[in-house]
Amino acid sequence: MPSSATGLPSSRLAARDAAAEAVAGIVQRPGRTVLTMLGTVLGVGAFVAVLGLTATGAGQISRQFSVLEDTTVTVEDNGPANNVAPPGTNPTIGFPADADAIADHVGGVVAGGVWWPVSLPENASFSGSLALSGASSQTIDLLAASPGAIRAMGLKLVAGSTLSTFENDTDQHVAMIDTTTAAALGISPARLPSHPAVFVDGIAYTVIGVYSSAQRVVSDESAMLIPENTALADYGNPTPGIGGEEEAQMVIATKIGAAETVASQIAAAELPTDPSRLVVTHPPNPQSLQSEVTGDLTTLFLILALISLLIGTVGIANTTLVAVLERTEEIGLRRAVGARPRHIAAQFLAESVTLGTLGGLVGTCLAVVVVVIFAAAKDWTAVLNPFYTLPAPLIGSAVGLLAGAYPALRAARTSPLAALRHG
Amino acid sequence: MTAPVIELRGLARTYPASPPVLALRPTDLVISEGDYVAVTGASGSGKSTLLHLLGLLDTPTAGRYLLDGLDTSALHDRERSALRGRRIGFVFQAFHLLPYRTALENVMLAELYNQTPRAHRLTAAVEALKAVGLGHRLEALPTTLSGGECQRVAIARALVNRPSLLLCDEPTGNLDSRNAAALMELLDELNVEGFTIVVITHDAGVAAHARRTIAISDGVLAERVEADHA
Repeated sequence: MPSSATGLPSSRLAARDAAAEAVAGIVQRPGRTVLTMLGTVLGVGAFVAVLGLTATGAGQISRQFSVLEDTTVTVEDNGPANNVAPPGTNPTIGFPADADAIADHVGGVVAGGVWWPVSLPENASFSGSLALSGASSQTIDLLAASPGAIRAMGLKLVAGSTLSTFENDTDQHVAMIDTTTAAALGISPARLPSHPAVFVDGIAYTVIGVYSSAQRVVSDESAMLIPENTALADYGNPTPGIGGEEEAQMVIATKIGAAETVASQIAAAELPTDPSRLVVTHPPNPQSLQSEVTGDLTTLFLILALISLLIGTVGIANTTLVAVLERTEEIGLRRAVGARPRHIAAQFLAESVTLGTLGGLVGTCLAVVVVVIFAAAKDWTAVLNPFYTLPAPLIGSAVGLLAGAYPALRAARTSPLAALRHG
Repeated sequence: MTAPVIELRGLARTYPASPPVLALRPTDLVISEGDYVAVTGASGSGKSTLLHLLGLLDTPTAGRYLLDGLDTSALHDRERSALRGRRIGFVFQAFHLLPYRTALENVMLAELYNQTPRAHRLTAAVEALKAVGLGHRLEALPTTLSGGECQRVAIARALVNRPSLLLCDEPTGNLDSRNAAALMELLDELNVEGFTIVVITHDAGVAAHARRTIAISDGVLAERVEADHA
């Protein structure tokens, strides 16, 4: 644009020239440039790495939850509103006799049934078949379980068979035990055809199956499972009440993603006359759980990232200010050859923004490498959201812009006379 | 008669102090196109003040300064910057070369703000360096050049955009006698080519090269005319 009074075109600094001058200014002192960038590298790197590692970890948690926990619904019997049981006895369990069949008819249910820990007197003894002369001094949980509950528990059979509806309906004295219990009682899975028995305070239960692991309820304990009706006949009704350790419960295995729907329907299906007696729980939303687990840590690391960015900002500001003071002679020269104050400001601002952007770029790259290596080491899948990873270097640009503002203003205000005298 | 490049009418510069410092008293002066003027004086006489005013690096407190017939006194900084970039070439005693940039880049800097395309800047800078005898040191850094070579780079930078006025501030101040003599020869040649040159110096030998000598003392100019100067 021609200057009105002189007829000469105004002084102008093209963006390309400003960028070239900025790069030239930065590469003058590579060592100082690298050190100055370090704060931004750490800040942006920490930011991207924290979010990347969090997302990667969250993905892992989500996967683990989705397989089992998200397909389990638990129903607890809170007991009747008015305890109608005779003194010294427990009320009838809240679940109907055909609870298993009812559960099977609810959409999304794979299997479900009633179980409870049988209340045994203190010092109750478990011993193996006399023929095998085994005895156990360790704690074994005696659990009553319906055939549906057995299926829902997802037992991995090693030998024998599971408790059947027939055995339940006919109060058979049969049992399933886990391999640890079997070993403790001296019952070899290979000997099941000889019908070994476990004596619980003198009552014999024929072992018909041995399992090695379970997906639900008895997954990490030594347990002995007997039919529900056999338990009712031998030990009476379980103790009611939420929070009680021996209350009757239902365990329901659902299809993936159906847990919430099943949870909302099961109480009314099982006990339509008094659904509020049953308390239904299903696993927490994996996403919200993941948020709880990682939320505090993420906040902490993001604060650290912000602090690093702040340090980076101060570092760039300090270096740019020192550069302005060091280069007053250059400022004077540029003014002498036609630069306007805004051109001087633009140059120093371009230098600090370039410095910040480079720092952001390097930090982002390093963070991506860290996340990928970390995920690979853990055999996880690296998760990096492009919505924050790709623009991350711009955080460095913003830092550079912020840091360069004051030094650039100061450079622009430098008198060309003072600058030339400086030399 | 050639057109005046510089025309001062009552130009004065007073620095605020107590009492105010009259660095340049009201001055009238005309320097024509092709003139070769030496301004001599002792330290503190007002030489630098005059140079800064002539170079549009400072503004007068009174009077008018016409450069190429243009009254610069009322110009905005934007216009003064444009004039500096296109009409005035500076040669400083301290060279003022950017130490991390090559000789070529230092010369190209003179047209950086003139909206001149880069290719043209490059060509012009090469030509200017060749003109001062440094065509073989285009990529040399100032730190590897001698004092004389540095000052030649500075002169190439000053004349690359063919300014109306070449302002030289003690151009031989940092040079030995041999380099100083060579530099003055170069300035003489440039004057012969048509450049208008104003040299600020306290060195009588340097002043002797000029066709006009203006002495300055306590901010007052006094011209000594030597009609038979070669």
